[in-house]
Amino acid sequence: MKQFILKRLGLSVVTVFLVAVIVFFLTHILPGNVARQYLGKGATEEDLVEFRRVFGLDRSLLAQLFGWIGDLLHGDLGESMQYRVSVKDLLLPAIGYSSKLAGVAFFLIVPISIAGGVIAAMNRGKKIDRAITVGGLSAAVIPEFVWAIVLVLTVGVTFQIFPVSAFPDEGNRSILNQIWYLILPSISLLLVLFGYIARITRAGVIEALESDYMRTAVLKGMIRRKAVSKHVLRNALLPTIAVIASQVPYLIGGLIAVEIVFNYPGFGTVLKGAVDARDYAVLQSGVIISSLVIVIFQLIADILFAVLNPRIRQKVSE
Amino acid sequence: MSTTNTATLELRNLEVAYTVRGIDREVLRDISLSIAPGEAYGLVGESGCGKSTAAFAAMRYLPRNGKITGGAILFEGKNIVEMADDEVSSLRRSAISMVYQNPATALNPTIRVGDQVAEVFQLSGVSKSDSLEMAQAALVQVQIADPAQVMRRYAHQLSGGMAQRVVIAMALASNPRLLVMDEPTTGLDATVEAEVLDLVRELRRDTGTAVLFISHNLGVIRHMCDRVGVLYAGALVEQGATADLFNNPSHPYTVGLLRCIPRGGLHKSTDRLDTIPGTPPALGTHFDGCVFADRCALADDNCRTRLPQMVTISGAHVARCFHSDKASSMPRSIELIEYASQADVHSVHNDDTLLSINHLSKIFTQDGHKVQVINDVSFNLGFGETLGLVGESGSGKTTIAKLVLGLVSPEEGGVITLDGKGLAKTLNRRDVHDVGSMQIVFQNPDQALNRRHSVTRIVGRAVERLRGFNVSDAIDRAHELLSGMRVEASLHSARPVQLSGGLKQRVAISRAFAGSPQIVVCDEPTSALDVSVQAAILNLLVDLQKQDGVSFIFISHDLGVVRYISDRIAVLYLGRVVEFGTSQRVFNGPFHPYTEALLSSVPNIDGSIRKRIPLTGVVPSPSNPPSGCVLNPRCPRKAGSGYETLCETEEPNLTEVEPGHFMRCHIPVANLKQLQS
Repeated sequence: MKQFILKRLGLSVVTVFLVAVIVFFLTHILPGNVARQYLGKGATEEDLVEFRRVFGLDRSLLAQLFGWIGDLLHGDLGESMQYRVSVKDLLLPAIGYSSKLAGVAFFLIVPISIAGGVIAAMNRGKKIDRAITVGGLSAAVIPEFVWAIVLVLTVGVTFQIFPVSAFPDEGNRSILNQIWYLILPSISLLLVLFGYIARITRAGVIEALESDYMRTAVLKGMIRRKAVSKHVLRNALLPTIAVIASQVPYLIGGLIAVEIVFNYPGFGTVLKGAVDARDYAVLQSGVIISSLVIVIFQLIADILFAVLNPRIRQKVSE
Repeated sequence: MSTTNTATLELRNLEVAYTVRGIDREVLRDISLSIAPGEAYGLVGESGCGKSTAAFAAMRYLPRNGKITGGAILFEGKNIVEMADDEVSSLRRSAISMVYQNPATALNPTIRVGDQVAEVFQLSGVSKSDSLEMAQAALVQVQIADPAQVMRRYAHQLSGGMAQRVVIAMALASNPRLLVMDEPTTGLDATVEAEVLDLVRELRRDTGTAVLFISHNLGVIRHMCDRVGVLYAGALVEQGATADLFNNPSHPYTVGLLRCIPRGGLHKSTDRLDTIPGTPPALGTHFDGCVFADRCALADDNCRTRLPQMVTISGAHVARCFHSDKASSMPRSIELIEYASQADVHSVHNDDTLLSINHLSKIFTQDGHKVQVINDVSFNLGFGETLGLVGESGSGKTTIAKLVLGLVSPEEGGVITLDGKGLAKTLNRRDVHDVGSMQIVFQNPDQALNRRHSVTRIVGRAVERLRGFNVSDAIDRAHELLSGMRVEASLHSARPVQLSGGLKQRVAISRAFAGSPQIVVCDEPTSALDVSVQAAILNLLVDLQKQDGVSFIFISHDLGVVRYISDRIAVLYLGRVVEFGTSQRVFNGPFHPYTEALLSSVPNIDGSIRKRIPLTGVVPSPSNPPSGCVLNPRCPRKAGSGYETLCETEEPNLTEVEPGHFMRCHIPVANLKQLQS
C-alpha cells in the first residue's frame, strides 16, 4: 500500500512538472511585447531594458524556465507585473475565498447527487427515476454561468430569496452568513454536476442491486433496506468516487465562471484579471496551483478507491 | 414444526410467467411435486427448461419481470405465495436456504468472508462477537482447513471449491429444514466437484435437511438424489425414484437425454451418438398437446392436440406420455450423413506424424514471480488423429493450445514441426498457409463470433484471408462450408445473436475450417452446450474428420467426451504430461495415480458405485511446485508404495510402461496394476 501511494505520488510530481513546463512555454508564445505593454507607448528603450532586467525577461528561455521552477520550489511565486505585489499575497486570499466556495459547493453537490442517484436506482423505471435522470441531464447541458445568471435574476432579484452577490457586506461576516451567501453560486454548479454524478451513482447502485451477492443477502433473510445499506452502497459508490474526482477540474473551471458572475473575489476572478492583463507571473502560478489541486484530488480518489476495494488493495500491497 | 406427513416443500400446480415485451410467457407449466423431510429431490433438464426458476420460486425469489400466475408453493403446509414479505424473510432466516451456481459472485467482494457468514447468525439475533465464533465453527463444519485464516479473506482470494464451501456454510448456518441447491458444482473441477458432493452428502446425513437439487448433469443427480423429476419446456415430464427413472426411463425426452451422453466405453470408431432432433421451444410457446411432441419419434396426432396426464409406470414412478410403454424401445435418432464419395472417407488415422511438439515450456511472469505453467511437454499428432488433453484448471491445457497456435511463444528450446516443416514461434511470423492449417474452436461461441457481422460474412472473411479468394468466391465457399456444417441456407444472413448455442458453435467450426486446416484445436467446444446439442456437435466433428482427414487437439474437462472422441490422450497435471496413451489404455488402466483419482471423481450415470480415490490437499501453485514428483504431496498411491523417498526427492520421467502407454511415476506399473485391481 505504502509503495502504491509513493508510486502515485511520484507520478503526480511528474505530472505537475510537465504542466509547469507546458504552461511556461504557452505563456511565452502569447503575442505582444510584455514590457511595452506594461510601460506604455511613452517608455524609452532604457525603461524597457530595465523592465526586462527586473523581471528576468532578458535571460534565455531555458534560464527563465529553470529560474522560475527553482523559485517555485522555494515557495517564491514571483511578483505580479500588473500590481507590483508578490503573487503569493495576491493569490493566497483569493484561494482562501475560492476554497470556501468550493467547500460549500462540494458539500452541497456530493450528498445531493449521490442521494439522487440512489433514489433513482431504487425506484428504477418509476416517475421519480425519470425525473432525476432526465432532469439531471437537461440541467447539465446548460453551462454554469448561464445558470448563475438565471438564478441571480429569479431567486435573487425577482423573488429575493437569496442574496445576489456571493460576498456578505462588512459587519455581518459570521460563518453561517458567509455560507448563506455562497449557496446560490453553489447551486449553479450543482445543477451542472448533479446529472453526471447521479447517473453514475444510479448505474453503480443498479449493478449492485442486481448482483448475485445482493441476492445472497436477500435470501439470507435480510430485509431489503438493510441489505441495500450493507451490501449495495459500498460496492456501488466505488465508481462514483472516481467520477467525482474526475469532475474536480470541471468544478474548478466552473468556479471561475461563477465567481465572475457573482463578483466574488476568488481565485477565478484573479486569474481572469491576470489573463486580461497578460500578467505572466500570476497566470503561471495560478495554473500550477490548479493543476496541483487536480492532481491531489485524483490521488485522493485513487487511494480511496483502493482502500474501498479489497481486490485492488491486495494487488497494490503485493 | 413439521409433522411427518407434511411435505417440507410442495409445489402444487405451480405456474410462473415472465413478462417479456409486455407479454406474459409461461416458464413453469402446472408443476406439482413434493419433497419429504430429509429427502433429496433432483430436478434435471436442459438450459431454458425452467429448473432454476423452480429453485428460486421455492425461495419466493423471482426476477423483476417474473410472477407466479397460478398454483401454490407450500412450505411445511403454509403457502408462501400468499405470505407477507417479512414472514418470507423470517423463513429465509430460519428454515430455507440456498446454494448457488456461481459461488464466487454470490459472495460480496468487499466484505470479509467471515463477516458474511457471521451475518447469518446476527440476523437471528446473535451478538456480533458470538456470531464470529459461530461462523468459524460453521467453516470447520464444511471442512475448511485453517478456518481462522479463511475468515479474514475476501471472496476473490478463495478457489472455486473453497468459495462453494463458504456458501454452503452460510446456507447451513441457519439450520435450514430445506436446502435449495442450484447447480452447486457446475464450473468446478471434477475432483473439487466430487469433494463438494461428498461434503453435501455427509452434511445431509448429519442434519437430515431436505434438499431440492437442481442440475443439468444426470450423473450428479443420480448420485445425490432419492427422487428425480425431469423438466422440459417448463413442464414436469417424468418423475420417480432415482434408480427407477434411470433404469427404466419412460418419457421419450428422458430416454433421448440419456442416450445423448457419451457414456462408459462409447468410442467414435464404433458408435455414433444419439441426438434429439429439433430445438427446444422458445420461451413461453403455447402448446395444445404434449410439450415434447414436435421433437418426439413416437408422437402422433393425439400427442399434438391433447395434453397427456401423468401415468403411473410403477409405484411412484410417473411419466407424462401417451406412449410411455414404448419409450424405452423408441427408435434411435442418429443423423447420418452421406459422404461425397466413399473413396474420400478417411477411415482410420495413420501413424505418420503430422504435428510434432518437442520440449515446449512456458514461463509467465506474474507479480514479479516466475511461474512455469508448461514444463517440457512433447508429443506427436498423426494425420486424421484426435489427441485429447485432459486435466483440471491450471494444468496448462489451454496454454499448450496457445503455444501450438503461436498465440504465445515457447521458451528457448521448444520446437513445433508441422508436416516436417519447422514453424515460427509466433503467429505473426507464420505465413498464411501455416496460419490457415491450424485453427481453433473456442468454448464460448458468443464471445468468439463478431456479433455485428452476418454468419456468411464471419466465415467469408476467414476464407478471403486464409485462402486468398476474392469476395464472391469467398461467399460461395462460406455457403458451402456452412451447409456442410448443417447450418441451413435460411440462416446464412442471420447474425450470431439470432442463433442457438449449437448453431453458433457450428458457425465457429465453419470459420475454423475456412482455410482447409490440417489441425483444429477444439478448446472445450461443447462445455457451454446442452447434452443433446453436444452430441450433434461431436458427431459433426467426427464426420469432418472422416471426410477431410483433419486432426484435432481436443481439450475438455468432461472425461466422457474426451474418451469418446480421442484416439490418444495426454493427461496433464501442473504443466506436465503425467500420462499419455491411447484412449483405451488411459481409460482402462493401469492408471497413473492422478488419472485414477480424476476418473474416480466423475459421477457416472449408470449408477455403479465406484470407490472414490481422493486427492488430498489443494493444487500447488505452479510458481512454487513441490520437490520431487509434483503430485507427491497429494498422491493417493504414494503412501505404502515403498518409493516415498524417491517420490519426494526426484521428479520421475515420462517412461513407456506398456507399448504406446507412457507414465510419469516412480511406482512400477505392475505395482499400480495390483493396487488398482
